[in-house]
Amino acid sequence: MTNRATATIHGWLLLLPAMACLALFTHWPAVASFIESFYSTPKARRPARFIGLENYQQMLADPIFWKAMSNNLWFALGTIPTSIALALLMAVWVNDRIAGRTLVRMAYFTPTILPMIAVANIWLFFYTPQYGLLEQITGLFGARSTNWLGSQDTALYAITVVAIWKEAGFFMIFYLAALQAIPPSLGEAAAIEGASRWTYFRRIQFPLLMPTTLFVLINAVINAFRMVDHVFVMTRGGPDNATTLLLFYIYQVGFGFWDTAYAATLTCVLLALLALVAFVQYGWLERRTHYQ
Amino acid sequence: MDRREFLGGTAALAGATALPGIARAQSATELSFFYPVAVGGPITKLIDAYAAGFEKDNPSVKLKPIYAGTYQETIVKALTAHKSGTPPALSVLLSTDMFTLIDEEAIVPFDDFIKTDEDKKWLASFYPGFMENSQTGGKTWGIPFQRSTVVLYWNKDLFKEAGLDPEKPPKTWAEQVEFAQKLTKRDAAGNTTQWGIQIPSSGFPYWLFQGLTTQAGAILANSAGDKTDYANPGVVEALQYWVDLSQKHKVHPPGIVEWGTTPRDFFEKKVAMMWTTTGNLTNVRANAKFPFGVAVLPAGKKPGSPTGGGNFYLSKKATRAEQEAAFKFVRWITTPERAAQWSAETGYVGVTPAAYETEAMKKYVADFPQAIVARDQLSSAVAELSTHENQRVTKALNDGLQAALTGTKAPQKAMEDAQAEAERILKAYR
Repeated sequence: MTNRATATIHGWLLLLPAMACLALFTHWPAVASFIESFYSTPKARRPARFIGLENYQQMLADPIFWKAMSNNLWFALGTIPTSIALALLMAVWVNDRIAGRTLVRMAYFTPTILPMIAVANIWLFFYTPQYGLLEQITGLFGARSTNWLGSQDTALYAITVVAIWKEAGFFMIFYLAALQAIPPSLGEAAAIEGASRWTYFRRIQFPLLMPTTLFVLINAVINAFRMVDHVFVMTRGGPDNATTLLLFYIYQVGFGFWDTAYAATLTCVLLALLALVAFVQYGWLERRTHYQ
Repeated sequence: MDRREFLGGTAALAGATALPGIARAQSATELSFFYPVAVGGPITKLIDAYAAGFEKDNPSVKLKPIYAGTYQETIVKALTAHKSGTPPALSVLLSTDMFTLIDEEAIVPFDDFIKTDEDKKWLASFYPGFMENSQTGGKTWGIPFQRSTVVLYWNKDLFKEAGLDPEKPPKTWAEQVEFAQKLTKRDAAGNTTQWGIQIPSSGFPYWLFQGLTTQAGAILANSAGDKTDYANPGVVEALQYWVDLSQKHKVHPPGIVEWGTTPRDFFEKKVAMMWTTTGNLTNVRANAKFPFGVAVLPAGKKPGSPTGGGNFYLSKKATRAEQEAAFKFVRWITTPERAAQWSAETGYVGVTPAAYETEAMKKYVADFPQAIVARDQLSSAVAELSTHENQRVTKALNDGLQAALTGTKAPQKAMEDAQAEAERILKAYR
């Protein structure tokens, strides 16, 4: 056997374990869901049969699906830019030589290490009417009592804030690492040239952070569709579906209603959505990203 | 060779003295049993103790109780196991999941195991209010185990402060509003510092709402589980009463009231009366720092409350021997003495009248008279809302209720929409 062929086989063998896991737990379920979305839900007496696009038609006519989509859109719009901006701000802040910066860094990172269920329970207390933390603070200023999670106007914002709080610290770590990789000579040169702090950030730091921003952005988008644990604890999708996110609805349809075919259909929509976003990000944004 | 045989083989080599025991263990029927934990307290420890007690009485059965999470997680696990072919022979699942389990062909009725007169007497010994959720089409599919009902808790101190008789809870809807008005306190700025009453509406508002509809004389679904009656005038009237409590009388917090924090609101004296499950009895008893009372729910046209909680179900895919053994365990744990002990340890309602006649129960009730209220209410209790495609049909009602309570839909419209959705889902089952 030639050396080249041996190397190829060697390479594939090294890839095999990871590939097998990926195919078994990611690719195959995705393909299976896609196939299943064209069949009816199997029942004890009625096995699954091919029904073409009926599940998709049902989905288009389902008001809760549209509600979940729009909720998710607002949730994404609320969490992605805010958590990234906040992460950047915190990273720049704790990157400077300030007193007690280890402590501040740790404080910012704490929400990330807490499990989401625990976070949700903490925030449940913050939002509790009358004696919750938020209520006690607003009460000092004489504001009226608000039922944050129990009103359709505020519930979605309330769970969005929790997600931002949870995520910003995580993204900060990436920014912090990237900031520390920027050579200090650039900062010194800028200082000699008399550039302001803002110009230095805008012209030097921010462009150099672009690869990190892209990475963080992808993560933020994925999380916007993936983070639903707190919905289970805080609102269970209520009031009247005001906080039903797409993934939460998929779980409800799949394991609450046992309508597995319809759940598969919804899953396909989620997959398509995420694939589209990833495509845009990798294909388009990456070309505009400046690498060192 | 599976692990069990392997262990048996090794043990057999270990010594001749151990042999009789091994031989028995190997011929034993092994029985796995899924159960959820839905209330506070050391439930897992209690169940393990019962299992050990049962094995002592029945050496031929090896019982393996498996804690499976919440009710929702337990049914997900049980049905997934059923679909993959190796379900637990016995599980405790919500009584309302009966139709879902029948439709999935996951369970067998108990009737095949009822042979002797004694068996028949046993089956007839449960409270009818609990059996309504366990029987359909002339067959018994579930046996009541961890069952509860909705009751009213009130803070006697706050009643005294408001000039009410602390020993007299409201008896009617009108009294409930009147008392709640006296019990609601506002500060100078107009903010409410203490609410008169709270009926939780997060997660599963339909269950508490069913108290109101029963009192208004309406029944939400038929016993075949294929038709709902959400748009019944009685149902709309019940919802109007609930909405009025917060929007008209302003004695109930606006919007959705969280189920989980309601007992805490009660402990913090932010609310004087609350509706919640009897499953919270032990919790309230441990945490309320003031004298409290427990009462049957106030009557509208009539008194009424739904039952709730979990039943035993036998798996269809288990072997006949496993089913027999599981049945034996169900009979064993529902004897009056054990039902009484279970009730006293957990706060769940004793499932048979005979349980309340036992010494253990009499002692518990003498020490904690609030516990008897749940039983007193059972005579007017109705089956918890349960239909085919239960969770979906229930969600239609939940969404309608939350829409009305948050003020986005009028009660009439909310219930009509919910009924239309339920009708769409259930049509296929008639």
